[in-house]
Amino acid sequence: MRRSRLAVALVALAAVLMLVPLLWVFALSLKANSELMADTASVFNGRYTLDNYRNLFGNGAVFRWILNSLIVSLGMTAGVLVLASLAGYGFARLEFRGRDVLFVVVLLGLAVPEQAVIIARHQMFSWLSMHNSYPALILPGLSAPFGVFLMTQYFRAIPKDIDEAALLDGASRFTIFWRLLLPLTIPAQATLGIFTFLHAWNDYWWPLISATNKDMFTLTVGVASTQMNFAQTEGLGFLMAQAVFAGAPMLIVYLFFQKYIVQAVAGAAGR
Amino acid sequence: MATIVASVPAPKLRGSGDWRNALFVAPYLFVFLVMLVIPLAMGMWLSTTKSDLFGTERWVGLANFVRLFGDAIFLQTVANTFIFVLLTVPFLTLAGLGLALVLNRQERWAAVLRTIFFASTVLSVTVVTLVWRLVFLPDGGLLGVTAEALGKTPIAFLNDEKLAMPAIAVTTIWWCIGLPMVLFLAALQQVPRGLYEAAALDNASRWTTLTRITLPAIRRTFFLVIIIEVILQFQLFGQAQLMTLGGPNNATRPIVLFIYETGWRQWELGYAAAAAQVLFAMILIAAMIQYRISSRREVA
Repeated sequence: MRRSRLAVALVALAAVLMLVPLLWVFALSLKANSELMADTASVFNGRYTLDNYRNLFGNGAVFRWILNSLIVSLGMTAGVLVLASLAGYGFARLEFRGRDVLFVVVLLGLAVPEQAVIIARHQMFSWLSMHNSYPALILPGLSAPFGVFLMTQYFRAIPKDIDEAALLDGASRFTIFWRLLLPLTIPAQATLGIFTFLHAWNDYWWPLISATNKDMFTLTVGVASTQMNFAQTEGLGFLMAQAVFAGAPMLIVYLFFQKYIVQAVAGAAGR
Repeated sequence: MATIVASVPAPKLRGSGDWRNALFVAPYLFVFLVMLVIPLAMGMWLSTTKSDLFGTERWVGLANFVRLFGDAIFLQTVANTFIFVLLTVPFLTLAGLGLALVLNRQERWAAVLRTIFFASTVLSVTVVTLVWRLVFLPDGGLLGVTAEALGKTPIAFLNDEKLAMPAIAVTTIWWCIGLPMVLFLAALQQVPRGLYEAAALDNASRWTTLTRITLPAIRRTFFLVIIIEVILQFQLFGQAQLMTLGGPNNATRPIVLFIYETGWRQWELGYAAAAAQVLFAMILIAAMIQYRISSRREVA
């Protein structure tokens, strides 16, 4: 029993260490730049201020980036849910020529890393003059095979007699999908939705390459763009306020929905 | 993701070989073709061409690959990437397992700790690197201030050839530890209770229970975590680009940063595409080796 208590103590200590960097950044964001320039240790004493946040709100770009991130993340989530549900139903429960081969090809797509396709994707969007647009930011994300894989597994687990009974009643395939089966897949939709949203919100590589116009930056790329000139910044406190401002929404959403998010992540891998 | 092989389609519904059924999969397949299959084929083609700033392409066969293997900087990025994977993946796997074993309880404090360990995972790489640069900054960073308080000289971690990569690894572990922990927790909850009850009846020690029951039962997850993490960490990019720009002296330049800079700073798209194919091959080989090992153990 004593050994187990030691393990718990170590894990608790590790958890505190996990939090220290966040608390440090939060504390810095509340300090005036002039004070930080003189001595960062002043975090522990002296005056706190909201000036850094005020400056942040004075900078309209951040709001534009948040809006872009929302549009891209919600668009990608909706698109993935629609495409993956339709395809999952088709692969899991319907018969057509070439189905099995096509499904294996889609699964092979899981093994392709973004780097192997991103240069050609960039060229394609250049030819179409589509960079710096929402479709350019959203479309590549819709091709990820993971959602189709997840939904196919899920549709397969639903008993077959449901569709057979409905078919005998003269329902069309689409009606069966839309009215009978889709409502049964809501847990899987939630899992896939959470996954896609998190991935889209935090994606860095593709938006960095595709969005070169400051107005089309997502929040992730926007924050990176101000981070680049770390040395000659408007000040540490301002940067830290930006880190808090960019990170806090996700952390708050996570705290509210953490049970579902964790279950979703665990469940998707367990299937 | 590890169950890929086990998922060849189920038995067919009778009497429904209708082409209209394919309409359900058509929208996705179209996007898959245009956004993944064609770019993959184009990328492979591009890797055999030399293209210049004006977009003219010339077929050069395998010349890009020959050049890559003679390019000291590229070879170093390969070595750096392997070092980074070795620094992060074993630790992420074992620490993730350890956390899951300790935190697999119903009590409230365990739930709170689980929440803390997973929280950093939801942050984007830009926020994570912003936070950690402020930790490693020698002049006024968290570690610097701590060192000064202890009467020591602060170290410029990110400017030190030997320490920069470990610093990026620590950052990455902080960011990524939640995923392996959650995967192991999910696996632990699926171990049949009966096995533990039987072990308790036999007066098995905690160690015996762990090595004879728990670990064999979650073996699949163990290999799944390693595969996922190797694939993820091979693709190191944001942390290196935002924390050190690959420096000092290329010590932290990973393959993906090489691809990015070759492609979008020097506009040598063919050469960058060739480097991308090498990375793709490395990831495939690593995944295949791990899959082989894990399925062989399964049989034994």
